[in-house]
Amino acid sequence: MRWLADVHVRLRPEIADPEGQTIAGGLHALGFSTVQEVRSGKLLRVAFDASDHAAAEGAVAAMCRRLLANPVMETADWELRAESEPAEGEIA
Amino acid sequence: MSDRSGPRVAVVVFPGTWSERDFLHVSGLVGWRARTVWHTDANLGEVDAVVLPGGFAHGDHLRTGAIARFSPIMGAVQAFAERGGAVMGSCNGFQILCEAGMLPGALMRNDHLEFRCDWQWLRVERAIGPWLADDEVAAGDVIRLPISHGEGRYYADVPTLDELEASGRVALRYADASGAVTPDANPNGSLRGIAGIVNERGNVLGLMPHPERAAESDVGGIDGLRLLRSLDRWLVAQPAAAERRL
Repeated sequence: MRWLADVHVRLRPEIADPEGQTIAGGLHALGFSTVQEVRSGKLLRVAFDASDHAAAEGAVAAMCRRLLANPVMETADWELRAESEPAEGEIA
Repeated sequence: MSDRSGPRVAVVVFPGTWSERDFLHVSGLVGWRARTVWHTDANLGEVDAVVLPGGFAHGDHLRTGAIARFSPIMGAVQAFAERGGAVMGSCNGFQILCEAGMLPGALMRNDHLEFRCDWQWLRVERAIGPWLADDEVAAGDVIRLPISHGEGRYYADVPTLDELEASGRVALRYADASGAVTPDANPNGSLRGIAGIVNERGNVLGLMPHPERAAESDVGGIDGLRLLRSLDRWLVAQPAAAERRL
């Protein structure tokens, strides 16, 4: 069974994010004056095979722990779905 | 080890490494027998020291050093360090050592988001292990080395930073020409101005600057050569060097 995981890698909240600050400055310059903060990160979409949901969850957790995020500075969370299920807000 | 023939130094090359030839060149000036080792090799061969040079291993994709740390050679580098062998990672090499957990912390995107290629003053903080510990270069010296990086902002959490300071493991700090560590002298936003650190045992050094690019007066300075000669003195003085060899 094929699974899709959208892995969000974010800087830990206490870490300065100059890229996010620069983007927030850009939004302010365009008149989006209500913007208070932008935090940058990465979105990694991983397609892989696993026998069931529990195995897929375990695999994504292991991928994040071993490679996808560096716990010194980053956190990872993800949305997991079987490939046939449409993602929220997407057209299958 | 024969003093006449000089210490043996392995210079590890990953896809995207760019400073290995400079290291080979300056190794000749120091009197080392240096050779490159490809990252897929599982063994270092007979060596007295290991260098992880600068560059962009595996294109720096995902994070700097994130892919490189899993290269087969890194198991041998780690084992060599655990036996007390001298390992130096410069620039990308420093990033790889942090990703591999051989040094604490991480190197993040420069705070101004620019790639910075410049000459940089550094204050030598500490004489420890094979590094910065003799007549060549010692604690309190202000030296000048090239930097060349987009991701050199040293980060670690406060307890880790405090522990590094308390145990004297901060080797180099970004400074001005007088040796003052100030925000203006900090080229990348590194916490506490940290430019180089060592591991607990002192035998693994990571630094963002490039000593191999400052080894001849024709290129603007020889402080990098001083740093490498400091390592050389330690290597030559090690009676147990042979025991650490693979």
